[in-house]
Amino acid sequence: MIRFENVRKTYDDGFEALKTINLEIKEGELTVLIGPSGCGKSTLMKHINRLNNPTSGKIYIRDKDISSIDPVELRRSIGYVIQNVGLFPHMNIAKNVAVVPRLLKWDKEVTAGKVDELLSMVNLDPDVYRNRYPAELSGGQQQRIGVIRALAADPDVILLDEPFSALDPISREQLQDELIRLQQELKKTIVFVTHDMDEAIKIADTIVLMKDGQVVQTGSPEHILRHPANEFVTSFIGKKHLTTDTLDPGLIVDDVMSVNPVTASPERGMAAAIQFMERHRVDSLIIVGKKRELLGYVSIFNVLKGYRHEDTRLADIMKPFVHVVESGSSVALALTLMNEHGLPYVPVVRDGQLAGLVTRGSVVRHMAEIYNPDDMSLEELAAEAEKLKEEAPLEPAEADQDEERGERS
Amino acid sequence: MMEWLSDYGAFLTSRQEDILIALRDHIYISAISIILGAIVAIPVGIWLAGSRIGWLNSTVFTVANVLQTIPSLALLAILIPLLGIGRTPAVFALFLYSIMPIMRNTYSGFKAVDPNVMEAARGMGYSRLQRLLRIQLPLSFPYIMSGLRVTTVYIISWATLATLIGAGGLGQLIFSGLGVNKKELIVTGAILAVILALAADFLLGLAERWVTAKTRSTPASGTV
Repeated sequence: MIRFENVRKTYDDGFEALKTINLEIKEGELTVLIGPSGCGKSTLMKHINRLNNPTSGKIYIRDKDISSIDPVELRRSIGYVIQNVGLFPHMNIAKNVAVVPRLLKWDKEVTAGKVDELLSMVNLDPDVYRNRYPAELSGGQQQRIGVIRALAADPDVILLDEPFSALDPISREQLQDELIRLQQELKKTIVFVTHDMDEAIKIADTIVLMKDGQVVQTGSPEHILRHPANEFVTSFIGKKHLTTDTLDPGLIVDDVMSVNPVTASPERGMAAAIQFMERHRVDSLIIVGKKRELLGYVSIFNVLKGYRHEDTRLADIMKPFVHVVESGSSVALALTLMNEHGLPYVPVVRDGQLAGLVTRGSVVRHMAEIYNPDDMSLEELAAEAEKLKEEAPLEPAEADQDEERGERS
Repeated sequence: MMEWLSDYGAFLTSRQEDILIALRDHIYISAISIILGAIVAIPVGIWLAGSRIGWLNSTVFTVANVLQTIPSLALLAILIPLLGIGRTPAVFALFLYSIMPIMRNTYSGFKAVDPNVMEAARGMGYSRLQRLLRIQLPLSFPYIMSGLRVTTVYIISWATLATLIGAGGLGQLIFSGLGVNKKELIVTGAILAVILALAADFLLGLAERWVTAKTRSTPASGTV
């Protein structure tokens, strides 16, 4: 669909932004150009709509040399989304979306229909949003408009230049999902620039990895993760995507624990405890002494029971921990403890002091961060987990027990 | 007090013709200077905002700044040997004074347009002229208008000096009042100049709001 042939770009000051690029972007695919900043990924993409022109070499769209097309005409036939959205602040949403159809002098009613259709497609009610101005929308909504504005004139090719990188993580996730959905519905040829490998892995059909103005590796996310071409690719992909030992028994609790559990001093009263729990949205507090030595815990139920007496302190109602793990213990041990005894969390201690808390949440978060490159089936994973369980000791661990981390790692 | 007012009323009636002529001349001189200033300064401001030639920008702004600082009496005096006396040198002097603020505001307005907006416009296929007319001008319009309003107010006030080189206007009332020690003339000239400045500012404000409302509520004009 889009073909780069020996494209080079040298700036006036002699800087070689692109060094002999040969690349084919397939029709109907979502191709992600990725690389560290300054690698030329944006520069390369802007060659497609002639915002940049090559110093030498040719670019073809559907076998037509684009240097023979008027840049303004060409750009109207290609969707374009930039990082900072760039909506026109003096036009309302309907007019912003209809920019290219208006430039192409579409019939007014057809355009209006298209605008409504696109707004609905990204779940923005046309009746509500049509007449609003960009400043009245949230960042996520603005970029949705940015994306559908690029779709308005039904271009075959859409270019997105780090479109989601300025958004908060939740909006970013949503927009990535919406983009994947739009791509599946509309089958456009999409070129997407990003520096975020997670994003690339999530959305790409093909990843083009670049460095210093050159293409280092091209392939599906799967292919690049499994067969990184060189050191640079490996380091760029990032360690967490490459960890083969997803359920590594050598993984220690320090890796997965949350280090800032909600703690309270034993001197506190009940009202203070309740307010504290409310503020941090927890249902129990870890009680630590002045030097963070672990004393025990109170649950919300104990606190409510003790509430009637004004001079009750946490020290009076707290319960000691039966199960704790020493810093450096294996995660498997902590998990087994939680599993066997139905514990919501296990404290991690170092020299008698509270070091952190292994909770279900913290374990899941850690697991989620680890990519599973071997694509193990659920059965295999279960077997793997079973194996771990056998290895882990079943007896309750005491604070001073557990010297076995040497063997385990 | 009452007596003075009725005397003043009688004076106004008796000198009505002179006063109206002075007012007309004043409006004429100010309007021509500002219109000429806008015609020159707005395009120059736009052009400078788009130019990447650093030394040229600073030169133009320096020259305009220097023009601004020449004392008005001195400038009028300098212009007499060049352009003689009468309306022409007066209009020319006021025109020179109007350039700087209008140009400065136009320049700032264009510089204030979000570069992302411009990149989006370019990337979506606006031609250069379309970007100018549909994006840059509407977005910098408030800046340009505020430049025009400021300029108008003080050009109207400075135009009272034009009478010194025989251009007439409200200044003539004031200076004749000084000459014959007639307070009514001085007061009339000054008050009319103030009212004229306020009225012009008010009308330009109305025009600005009207244009802004119009560009906001209807689709931007057809393809250029």
